[in-house]
Formats: sequence, C-alpha cells, structure tokens
Amino acid sequence: MKRSPVTLALRWSGRVLVAAILLFVLLPGVVVAISAFNDRAILQFPPQSWSLRWFYRAFSYADFAKGFWNGLTVTVWASSIAVVVGSAFAFAIHRYKFALRDFLEGILLSPLVIPHYTVGLGILILASQTGIERGFPLVIFAHVVMVLPFVMRSTYISLENLDTRLELAASSLGATPLRILFTVTIPLLIPGLLSGWLFAAILSFNEFTATLFVSSQATQTLPVAMYNYVREFADPTLAALSVIYIVVTATLLTIANSFLGLGKILNVDAH
Amino acid sequence: MNTRPFLGWFVSPAGLVAVGLIAAMLAVFQYSVRAYIPGTLEVGGFTWANFEAMLRPLYALAFWNTVLICFETAVFTLLLAYPLAFALTRTNSTALRSFILIVSVTPLFLGEVVRTYSWMIVLGNNGFLNTLLLKLGLVERPLRMMFTSGGVIAALVHVTMPIMVIMLAAALSHIDRNYEKAAESLGAGPIRIFMTITLPLSMPGIVAGFSTAFAWTFSAFATPQLIGGGRVATVSTLIYQLGFSSFNFPFAASLSIIGLALSLAVIALLKKAASPLERMAGTT
Repeated sequence: MKRSPVTLALRWSGRVLVAAILLFVLLPGVVVAISAFNDRAILQFPPQSWSLRWFYRAFSYADFAKGFWNGLTVTVWASSIAVVVGSAFAFAIHRYKFALRDFLEGILLSPLVIPHYTVGLGILILASQTGIERGFPLVIFAHVVMVLPFVMRSTYISLENLDTRLELAASSLGATPLRILFTVTIPLLIPGLLSGWLFAAILSFNEFTATLFVSSQATQTLPVAMYNYVREFADPTLAALSVIYIVVTATLLTIANSFLGLGKILNVDAH
Repeated sequence: MNTRPFLGWFVSPAGLVAVGLIAAMLAVFQYSVRAYIPGTLEVGGFTWANFEAMLRPLYALAFWNTVLICFETAVFTLLLAYPLAFALTRTNSTALRSFILIVSVTPLFLGEVVRTYSWMIVLGNNGFLNTLLLKLGLVERPLRMMFTSGGVIAALVHVTMPIMVIMLAAALSHIDRNYEKAAESLGAGPIRIFMTITLPLSMPGIVAGFSTAFAWTFSAFATPQLIGGGRVATVSTLIYQLGFSSFNFPFAASLSIIGLALSLAVIALLKKAASPLERMAGTT
C-alpha cells in the first residue's frame, strides 16, 4: 500500500513521542539505580565515587528485614484468603441470581474508589471501639478488603472464557456438582486463580497508605518501614532497596508475561 | 435438583468481609459527628462541629488544592498514556509490545513509597534534573521542584500512568479495526480517521481511566506528604496529621467522609458528562 507523506510524518512523530514518554516512565528508575551505587551519603549527580555499601546497609538494617518478613506474612495470608473468598464470590455472581447480589458486589468492589486512608482509618477506629488488638489479623483483613476487587475481576474474566459444555458433559455422565467443581471447573480456572493470586500478592506487598493506619510498630510492613526511613535519613540506602525492588518486580512480571501472557491477564490483547 | 449448588458456601465468606467493611465505614461516620476531647482517644457526644470547622479557609483550601491536583494529574496522565496505549495495541512487533507492556506496567507494582522516593532524587536541589539544567547552563541556580505542587503532580502522573495505559489499551484493543479500514477506503486521512472513529470509540476507556486516575490520586498519601514536604496540603496529608500528630480522630474521620463524598461525586459527574459520548460509540 502506498503511504502519503502525511502518514509517514505522523508515523515518525508518533514513534518519537512514544520513545519520549517511555523515557519519562523509565527516568526515575534509572536515576535511582545510578544513585544506589553512589559512595557518598549525600545524594549527588553524577556520583563522584562508587560503592556497594548502601546495598549492605539495606540488607543489614533491622527494620527492613523485619518489615520484609512481616510483609511476607501479611501478603501470603491476605492474597490466599482473597483468592478463596473472591473467586468463590465471583463464581456465585457469574452463575446465580440471589438476594443482595448487586449490593454485595458493589460493597466489595467499592475499595477501588474509596480512598485507602478512609478504609485504614475506618478499620483502625473499629478496632479501637471493639477492643481488637492492632495485630496481624487486622492488617490482613485490611489487605483482603483492598485486593479482593482484583481477584474477583480475574476470576470473573476466566469464568467468561470457560467452556460450560465441559461441565454439562460431566453432569450428563452422572458426576455430582461437587465432583464437577473439583475435577472440571477449578482445574480450568487455575490460570485465572493463579494470576489473581499473583496480582493480589504484589499489590498487598506494596500497599502503604491503609497499612500505615492499621499497623503498629510490631506489624509494620516493608513499605511502612521504608517510609519511616526516608523521614529520618537522607542517605542512598533506600535507593539500593528500590533497585532490588525494581529488579525483582520486573523479573516476576517478565516471567508472568512469558508463562501466562500479561496482555491476556490485563485484558489488553486484541481479539 | 438444586439449581444453585454451593450458593451459601460461596457467598457467606464474601458476605463476612462485606460486613467488616461496612462496620468500618459506619465507624468512620460515627466518629465524624463526635466531639474531640484533647489528650485522650475517647470521644465526646454528638456534634456537627467537625463539619463546621471544615469551612475554615485552611481546610477549604486543602480540598480545593486536592481537587485541582487530582484534575491536573488525570489530564496529564491521559495525554501521556494515550500514545503508549495506542502504540501497545497497534504495533506488529511482539518484542516492542512486550517491552512497552513491561515498562508501563512495572511501576504499578512498585508501590507508592519506592516511586515517590525515586522522584525525590530526580527533583531535589542536588537531584538529577537540576544537575542536568546547571551543566547545560540553562539555569544559574537550582530550580525549586521539591515541595511544590508541580513536583507532586509530576510524580503522581508517573504513579497513575500504568493503570491509565491498561484501561486505554483494553478499550483500544476491543475496537473493530474494520471501521477504520472502511473510512480509509472512503478516502479519509489518518488524522480524520483518528478524530472521528478511533477517539470516540475509545471514550469508555478514557472515562474509566480518567476517573480511576482521579480516585487514585485522591487516595495518594506518600507522594504529597514526601514531595510536598508539608507545604502542599492535601486531604490525605491533613487526615494523617490530625490522626497521628494530634490524635483528633473525630476530625480526621469527618475529613475522610467529605473526601470520600467528593471523590465519588467527581467520578459520578465524569461518568455523566461522558455518557452521551459513550452512547455515540454504541456502548453503555
């Protein structure tokens, strides 16, 4: 097909524009990576000398290690609970009509638009009124509430793509509903459930605003520990930790992309 | 035969979570109309004083600031995310697709603290941008970018980009390309095709992305707190100060109620403003 000069000009300016925007997205990550290897305690560009000392400090700082394990505990519990609760509910709203269906759905999706500080403050006040301790169950509950919409969405999309004829076939061969659920439906939903769990886990591990309200000194997660660190110190330790964070996250996403197809999970693939 | 097997088993756990969430929201409502007793965590009797106090210029200004910051952030995010989403859905190269997808989605999973911290290094007085500008001789003294609402907005745009790209790309990938091909065969130029077909058809994605960006920004705390450094007052930073510096939970609760109402109102307004466009695009 012949291309007019206008089309060509648009095409090239479009490429330049996209490259510039990608640069904007990448810039902070690159700058952080450079400053993480800066030898001096003061942030400075470009660094005069290089060292790995901030990486050592990031690993040896006790609050970070504690925050990491706290965060992992909260994340594993919260995303696992959310997957069980959220996908069961998504199954129910996909298949059945029942009393309060739309109401419940609206309530459970509302954390997408309710500011996180409102959720955090609410759970904090509720705990202090009912005398519930500010322990792990409280933080886990807050996280379940906040990741549930994402898990519900992921399972719902998988259910839309599920071939119900397979269930009908099992049923016509005399399988009980319980057997169909465990031998047909759940195995077919596994990719959706896994990607829902992964999404929930990553979001939970990084949740900050609500966690700041509901956690205590004993239950603070890594993002809260990092926030407290920035307020106290100005050295590049946090830059080193950020580099580790970025590398781990990008690696996980690249793996998820090649195994599960990120485009499919995010529903951005052309049909 | 039971036509709805396991219904109770599947709905009750979700119902329990919903009850907990409703109880938490009711607790906020309840506290917002209680009197604050300085020095204790106990609350006094019923009062409207918290809501009346919000009419004071300090708090009214914070609300106005927050809405303005959210609006500007959403506009800039839309302008930057649209070309990325467009390239993501239209490129034929798998490698480029994966690259754009990973680059634009990774920040979503980094959390607000890491992303805010990286912007502090970019915007600081000895930071990357100022060093660059000084070296190029474009400025004589470092520009003040930290502790300004401009700096807060730049970082917030970066924070909300991924979700906007995802929502726009979802909308763009579902557009039937035959409409564009038909227009092209009838002699329409690329700009006309974009303005009259692609853009209107992607409207649902624009509205969804814009309102999500707005809601997220409204909810953001680490970015205005750390980059604003107390000099850019937003609803979220005020709530934190009131809650954890002066333990005035009743006032913090009433601020978050108004914050919640305001963000819901803006989102509803956006949906309403866009609905004629969505009808035009043939979706609801």
